Amino acid sequence: MFKNWTVLAVPVISVLLGLLAGALIMLVSGNNPTAGYMALWNGAFGDSFYTGETLRQMTPYVFAGLAVAFAFRTGLFNIGVEGQLLVGWLASVWVGLAFELPKIIHLPLAILAGAAAGAAWGFIPGFLKARLRVHEVIVTIMMNYTALHITNHFIRDVISDGADATDPVRETASLQSAFLQSITDFSSLHNGIYLAVIAAIIMWFMLEKTTLGYELRAVGYNQHASEYAGMNVNRNIVLSMVISGAFAGIGGAMQGLGTFGNMFINSGFSGIGFDGIAVALLGGNTAIGVVLAALLFGALKVGSLNMPIESGVPNELVEIVIALIIFFVASSYMITWLLGRLKKKEAK
Amino acid sequence: MDALTIISLIVSSALFAATPLIFTALGGVFSEKSGVVNIGLEGLMIIGAFTAIVFNLTFQSTFGEATPWIALLVAMLAGGLLSLLHGVASIAFRADQVVSGVAINFLALGLSLFLVKLLYDKGQTDMIDIGFIKKDIPFLSDIPVIGDIFFSDIARPTIWAFVIAVISWFVLYKTPFGLRLRSVGEHPMAADTMGVNVAKTRYIAVFISGLLGGLGGAVYAQSISLDFSHATITGQGFMALAAMIFGKWHPLGAMGAAIFFGFAQSLSIVGSSIPVIQDVPDVYLLIAPYVLTILALAGFIGRADAPKASGTPYIKGSR
Repeated sequence: MFKNWTVLAVPVISVLLGLLAGALIMLVSGNNPTAGYMALWNGAFGDSFYTGETLRQMTPYVFAGLAVAFAFRTGLFNIGVEGQLLVGWLASVWVGLAFELPKIIHLPLAILAGAAAGAAWGFIPGFLKARLRVHEVIVTIMMNYTALHITNHFIRDVISDGADATDPVRETASLQSAFLQSITDFSSLHNGIYLAVIAAIIMWFMLEKTTLGYELRAVGYNQHASEYAGMNVNRNIVLSMVISGAFAGIGGAMQGLGTFGNMFINSGFSGIGFDGIAVALLGGNTAIGVVLAALLFGALKVGSLNMPIESGVPNELVEIVIALIIFFVASSYMITWLLGRLKKKEAK
Repeated sequence: MDALTIISLIVSSALFAATPLIFTALGGVFSEKSGVVNIGLEGLMIIGAFTAIVFNLTFQSTFGEATPWIALLVAMLAGGLLSLLHGVASIAFRADQVVSGVAINFLALGLSLFLVKLLYDKGQTDMIDIGFIKKDIPFLSDIPVIGDIFFSDIARPTIWAFVIAVISWFVLYKTPFGLRLRSVGEHPMAADTMGVNVAKTRYIAVFISGLLGGLGGAVYAQSISLDFSHATITGQGFMALAAMIFGKWHPLGAMGAAIFFGFAQSLSIVGSSIPVIQDVPDVYLLIAPYVLTILALAGFIGRADAPKASGTPYIKGSR
């Protein structure tokens, strides 16, 4: 499966280095690293409730990670997952509130609305990139803030009348699952986790087993060669951003229909979109990698909440660790260079 | 309210909101002109804001009225140091500069909140007692009409923002160092052939962007938020990035764009007391900077082109 073992080595070493740096910071700041990481572990997998919370946190991470990874494979950097997630969240909640339908229609419709909104939000940077060669990074960043203010405006002035949050979505559009709650000691785990796994399989299938996926990846490797081979590069760029946005939008629907059951005014970003970049990078932009990385980040985020309680370490330590992991993965040149040096020494 | 009061209120609050953006956007110009994309401006502002507030709280009894000014210098240094991390990743380790910038943003937020909890045992700091306040500029504010509009109620850092913008323009466009910096961002190989040290020039440029980003955050913290928490810097760094692009990567353009964005921001705050504008929903004013930037990039408001080598690491010997 892996052509070269360094494909696996870079993320694993990055995570280890990140955790090591976190341990150092705990030592320097007068805390006990072992106690800190034990608290982290207990807070993530200590009992069935925490495991449920970890899996719940993992769900939007999978979607955000898939969104970033999908665009990456076509050579695009979708830093706008945060905004696409917000509009998807809003659209799904809106549909979840506005219609009265049987669950078998209502729930899929609400999720599709989220996907469509995210896709539309991804279409704009994709179109601008394809037509006018505008760099997608800046456009998507600007679209994030536009989405933040527009969704807040919709919640306050359109859906409700000056309220800070929408009503809970109807039961027929809810992802909440009595079964999952009962086996995880009433955590907020919901059916979205199944969808996350399905989405990862779909992405893998789409990219690796279809003509469309082949074309998208070809554009990512070399635009000029793809063009020469008769592929429509511009169409593929737009399509990639649209699909990526759709993944992000469904991630938002997971929040709206599952985790929270409504939408509220956000003063800032949830961070899930930005974390999605880390998830995708750490997962090597592959479907299976994204799922594993999302599990790791879900565990880190949920487990961190237990750190101040059990060990007195501020939970922000995990943010630092995540930042360093991204930093090390991004600097993979350094890691591969070091590994290369080590190999050479062994050869001598 | 008569027209003059309204105009002077708008101008003064627009400049107040614009000042941190000007500093940070100038920082972005230096970095990007040298070919290093700096999404980490937000993080640099965060670390600057954090450092300034902590320094201000700790040393206000020692330095008295001078505290905020010394805090600015310390915050600049903190920003400069953090930016070097971005520099090492994107220049020496050839990291994806956008990704490294994202990491800088995460790191700054995590680190500063972690330290706030360690130092103060709570999620946010106390309010500072001595910050930057709006004062009339002596003599100039006595000029009729113009004095009232432009020279009354101006915080001192605003004046420095204008001065530093002009200095930045001079350095980038009128000195040999500026020429080298720009050439490294446009065509690093040609610059290298002519004997310019690409890596060194880029390190200096990134360091300057760190200094200015830290300064921007420190000014924001000490004049607008007056404390530090997770919500102190939420998007100002990205707005500065937008100002840099809207200003077409030119120091004076970036300054103009920052003032314009400050104007849009202040309208959404003071607009409620001004006729006509109070009828415009906030959301339009809030999204204006971002939408305008997208339009500018799309070429509807003049073409905005990034420095050619921006975002690509320079690898000696590769074409």
